[in-house]
Amino acid sequence: MDCCLSRIHSSPVNIRQQHHNTLTCVCLPLQFEAEYRRFALKKNGAGSFQEFYQLLQTIHRIPGVDVLLGYADIHGDLLPINNDDNFHKALSSANPLLRIIIQRRDEDEPVVFPTNSLQRRKKGLAGLRPSQQKNKPALLIGLPQDFRQISSIIDVDILPETHRRVRLHKHGTHKPLGFYIRDGVSVRVTPQGVEKVPGVFISRLVRGGLAESTGLLGVNDEILEVNGIDVAGKSLDQVTDMMVANSHNLIVTVKPANQRNNVVHRGSKASAGNGSAGSGGSALSHESAHSPASQTVSQCSNSNSVAEGDSDDDDTDLIIESDNLPSYTPHRSLANGNIHGNTPSSGVFGHRPLPQSVSLPSSSSLSDSKASLSSLTTPTHNGSPTKTSSSQESMREDGNFITL
Amino acid sequence: SMTLGTQLIRPCALDELKHTLSFPFVQTVEHGFPNQPSALAYDPKLQLMAIGTKSGAIKVYGAPGVECTGLHKETATVTQLHFFPGQGRILSLLDDNTLHLWEIEQKEQCSHLEEVCSFMLPGRSGIESTSATRVTVLLPKLSCDLLAVGTEGGGVHFLELPSFTLLDRSIFQDEIMQSVPEEYKCGKSLGPVESLQEHPQHPDKILIGYSRGLVVLWDLQIFVVCVFLLQQLESLVWVRSGNSFVSSHSDGGYMVWPVSSSTPCTHEPVTSTIPYGPFPCKAVNKILWRTTESGAPLVLFSGGMPRASYGDRHCLTILQDSQHITLDFTSRVIDFFTIHCIDRDKEFDDPLALVVLLEEELVVIDLQTAGWPTIPSPYLAPLHSSAITCSYHISNVPTKLWDRVISAGQRQCHLQTHTNWPICGGKNLAPSPKQQELLLTGHEDGTVRFWDASGVSLRPLYKLSTANIFQTDCDHNDSLTQAGEEDWPPFRKVGCFDPYSDDPRLGIQKICLCKYSGKLLVAGTAGQVIVLYLCDEKSDHMIDVATVDLLQDREGFTWKGHDRLPPKSSSVPFAPGFQPVVLVQCMPPAAVTAVTLHAEWNLIAFGTSHGFGLFDYHRRLGFHSRCTLHPNDSLAMEGPLSRVKSLKKSLRQSFRRIRKSRVSGKKRVQEANAQLAEQDAEVTPVQRRIEPRSADDSLSGVVRCLCFADTFLRDGTHHGPTMWAGTNSGCVYAYALDVPSQDKFSEQSVEALLGKEIQLMHRAPVVSIAVLDGRGNPLPEPYEVSRDLAKAPDMQGSHSVLIASEEQFKVFMLPRVSAKTKFKLTAHEGCRVRKVALVNFSSVASEDYSENGLVCLTNLGDIHVFSIPALRPQVRYDCIRKEDISGIASCVFTKTGQGFYLISPSEYERFSLSARVITKPLCQLDVDRPHDPSELSSAGVHIIIPCHGIISVSVRQSHTKPMAHTKPSRQERASLWVMLKVKVQCLKCRQLQSSLEQFSHVGFM
Repeated sequence: MDCCLSRIHSSPVNIRQQHHNTLTCVCLPLQFEAEYRRFALKKNGAGSFQEFYQLLQTIHRIPGVDVLLGYADIHGDLLPINNDDNFHKALSSANPLLRIIIQRRDEDEPVVFPTNSLQRRKKGLAGLRPSQQKNKPALLIGLPQDFRQISSIIDVDILPETHRRVRLHKHGTHKPLGFYIRDGVSVRVTPQGVEKVPGVFISRLVRGGLAESTGLLGVNDEILEVNGIDVAGKSLDQVTDMMVANSHNLIVTVKPANQRNNVVHRGSKASAGNGSAGSGGSALSHESAHSPASQTVSQCSNSNSVAEGDSDDDDTDLIIESDNLPSYTPHRSLANGNIHGNTPSSGVFGHRPLPQSVSLPSSSSLSDSKASLSSLTTPTHNGSPTKTSSSQESMREDGNFITL
Repeated sequence: SMTLGTQLIRPCALDELKHTLSFPFVQTVEHGFPNQPSALAYDPKLQLMAIGTKSGAIKVYGAPGVECTGLHKETATVTQLHFFPGQGRILSLLDDNTLHLWEIEQKEQCSHLEEVCSFMLPGRSGIESTSATRVTVLLPKLSCDLLAVGTEGGGVHFLELPSFTLLDRSIFQDEIMQSVPEEYKCGKSLGPVESLQEHPQHPDKILIGYSRGLVVLWDLQIFVVCVFLLQQLESLVWVRSGNSFVSSHSDGGYMVWPVSSSTPCTHEPVTSTIPYGPFPCKAVNKILWRTTESGAPLVLFSGGMPRASYGDRHCLTILQDSQHITLDFTSRVIDFFTIHCIDRDKEFDDPLALVVLLEEELVVIDLQTAGWPTIPSPYLAPLHSSAITCSYHISNVPTKLWDRVISAGQRQCHLQTHTNWPICGGKNLAPSPKQQELLLTGHEDGTVRFWDASGVSLRPLYKLSTANIFQTDCDHNDSLTQAGEEDWPPFRKVGCFDPYSDDPRLGIQKICLCKYSGKLLVAGTAGQVIVLYLCDEKSDHMIDVATVDLLQDREGFTWKGHDRLPPKSSSVPFAPGFQPVVLVQCMPPAAVTAVTLHAEWNLIAFGTSHGFGLFDYHRRLGFHSRCTLHPNDSLAMEGPLSRVKSLKKSLRQSFRRIRKSRVSGKKRVQEANAQLAEQDAEVTPVQRRIEPRSADDSLSGVVRCLCFADTFLRDGTHHGPTMWAGTNSGCVYAYALDVPSQDKFSEQSVEALLGKEIQLMHRAPVVSIAVLDGRGNPLPEPYEVSRDLAKAPDMQGSHSVLIASEEQFKVFMLPRVSAKTKFKLTAHEGCRVRKVALVNFSSVASEDYSENGLVCLTNLGDIHVFSIPALRPQVRYDCIRKEDISGIASCVFTKTGQGFYLISPSEYERFSLSARVITKPLCQLDVDRPHDPSELSSAGVHIIIPCHGIISVSVRQSHTKPMAHTKPSRQERASLWVMLKVKVQCLKCRQLQSSLEQFSHVGFM
């Protein structure tokens, strides 16, 4: 935080590391089960992923231990580092600190880097997956769960066949959502006959944009709903604003112009519920009825209290707490008088380097949908929930707290 | 957890809110000066003045507080207005050549202006084009039963009133031509009728003036006198005795003509002068001749200035004997009248006052007091005398502050006249306001004007100028140059409309006033933040200047915008009132975007597009500043494009004059452009790009709001001073402040420690931050608790902070900043928040009961009310057109549920959301109107329109006063005029086909 902007390109990059689940503890007392290393790295001459991997192993003195590398990007997503490309991407996103999280590759439970993973409570996703690769040697092939989901078709069971509900996941990537909408006339068949009503349509897809890459949205698709809200009667600008406001988790219900790729129901709706087959799309989801998506859609029933189990934690805000805020001092003249009392000019416009730490949203106190660093960096295994709960002590580094 | 705080959401209270409080939205009154006035009229009997505008509005004003408004259905310019004296009837002529009759109706303490009927002069079949029947002048006879209508074709028609029946006694040009001696004819045509004047003694005699210079006196059907002028006629006026009349001409001269039956035709005026001759002069557009008991008559005329030297001035001349004053206005003269004796038994006019309607203001001159001083107007204040740049409202102003502001204001205006406001018709029935309200407007020229907003008429109280503490190269030497001008013509600057600021950096951006301590904080375009104390004595002192660097050593940025305003290095004299004490200048000197003041802590906070600063004005010490710039934010650094900087003084002054003359034309062009843009929007297919908001939008560092609060930031048991700042990129900074106790202010400095930093994930600009106490109420203002003026806030329950961004409202519990309630407005409605305020709504049923609500105005111009802290939507109203961006940007809410927004550069519309607090004109106008003939009201009219193949229409006559009348005119034409409320309904499907307020005339041959 206390970096000077001009130094970004010239100065070495600091990398703050967090190392979890390693049994070796070198310089920290044993009860913390985590160790931190802070070291500098030349941004330009960083080298390849393999070199970096080895460097980490050396620094942490864990040669030969199979680990997974992840980093927290500026949007709070935990992203994997497993090849040269995403390694360089990670370096370029350092601002200037880069936080690397190292986890031992656990043979029983594959580690996943899901969407918004830093903020999202694990929903037992890892537990659902059967472990398949027990005996196979570790091939460096990215697992499906190592990739981030960028889109999905949802609610196939409750929508008419002619409609499609698409969820686009915005990530920290600079890839734009990438589509344009326009006004138009929609022809509807009603009991009174054919009716022409104003509608909103996709007018253009940006090449290389998210919308185009999913293959789930096409030009001239009519937009019916945005995150569960009917767009009928809304102006183009209103719909635009609704989409932008929901852009981090955009769910659009469209009536595709091309109706040939529709999901065909075969009598039994139950089977279609989970199977969400679709030929038009590239990445399809495996979301159950309790997926966050369907909750978001139903959540527009005006329940605006976060405490009421509204778990759309997709937009929880980032709260950075300052660490040096002393607790209340009843008579500050006693506490500070000798320091500042007689030196009026001492603090004038001086920049206070405030050591700070990141805490993830503390809606935890109210709802069970807590999104905290601790629950994330120590995924559901190891059966030691206590060690993460009060992290004020456990995550100490350089005199800073990571408050949770 | 401890902070669950379910007590905060009181379900019962919410129900109460719904049941006992309603939020009726009403637009109550318009404050300020009507935009683009185009016509003026005066009723000497009722003492009412009417002003018509280019948008088709009619506004009637009497005594202060007495006013009513009418709006034509057609949006056409009102070109003429005439009263029927004493009757409460107004005749209007629009530029679409229609005549409209309006009546003042009294309804439950309110006076309304209602249109009764309209009329259009029928064309003469075949011979003449439509322009021939274009109405040029109107003359309602004093008897109120007859209207003479002069046309472009030179005809004069007579209409019976109020039925608008065309009488069979029109005077056509050919008749005149036949009866006039040969030498008086000039060519084939007399030109349009330019003036119609009723003889002051003999109502049957009418003076008709034609444009080409022929003037005839017409006595019913007999032609009496005619004169021929050598010049084109501009206007005519009778001398009170009726023995002579005065004509004014296009060459800048006027002539007095005798009226005697002995010499019916004459070329020879009694006197003829061109007052500003001998060089060519502009036309004298209108002339009035008023006799006085004391001696020489008063001659008042507009125009007539020497064309070459002063042709661009807007002038009105008052002449009496040797006294001669040329009133020099800053905007065009629309019309003027005198208020004088109308008693027929009296021999002289003895004018009391001259009322001049200018394009941008109303000026009233006292004609009874020597020197003809101006009388300050109690209404129609020219709000825009310099363009309004911001506004700030203070409700429930303490009497102490009120009196001090008023006395400061009184010492400011050198009262030259003790004459009361001469237009005093009607009775103001509004009860005196329960509390005093102040509206502060910041202007482009660096002034802050204080207005009394307690009642219907917005009254100027005090004007504060901040320009005098700076060295500007245009050191207001206008008065000096003026004095250097020649003594003749004897110009006198009148009026205060002066929209051209010499230095735009002086413009006021933000205002904050502590109503208990009289401390005022004013911030401007060049990053200047001025702290002013209210002082009752005049003073001559130096101002303490401090500079605050908001960039904080950030490199890579260069400010390319304007320089800061250099403060004066010597002491400056200040009149009693708000006197500057400290000047803080932000570096770089970008416009200040947010300010707040806590007078009890002696602290101010201010923000620009680069960061924010905290300043202790007691010790004159800045103690914290922070840069909010995003690394990628390059736009913020370059600053606004500054044309002005490069302009030299002389250039600027010459531009000033050019711009002045252009202003009306520019407006028209702007309007046309706006219309074009609207049309374009309909035609071209519109596309909108869907992109997520990225962190590096430009101007993301703009500080949007700042607030001080005594609350819990460190922990849940100890509260203390805090400061909150919100930025354009959805970032909120919360500081814990260490404020020394009152007695140690001088010794100890204030400390600020960053406590929390909240990054809203949706990254929308933070519009407002407010801290709510344990009961969910907003915290009281500084001094309110310590002076026992408000209930102490609940410090037991947990506090919460309400953060309103452009897209969402969110309530976070303190001190943990955990989200409690939220409402995603944009995600649900697709509209963005523009203005929000916490408002206390009082119940109509019980005086003590009130609830707090969050009022929000969106970019679509609609107003939403939400409960707090539950953030449940209560009501929604359409308020402002969504295209009216400046109206939406100008909106301010009061703490009691009213609001103001600009409907034009010069007018505030006032609205109310509270059932209890409504400020609207309540007045009584006693009109003496003969009852409408009752035989006309019986007929029901049936109109048959086919629908669904079946003739099935019902017409309901709901208006009880139809103005239906038929009478064959000269051309055997009958026309039926009906004023009805018509509902056309299909009998088969019961579908309402149309509903009309007024059914226009049905004509048949």
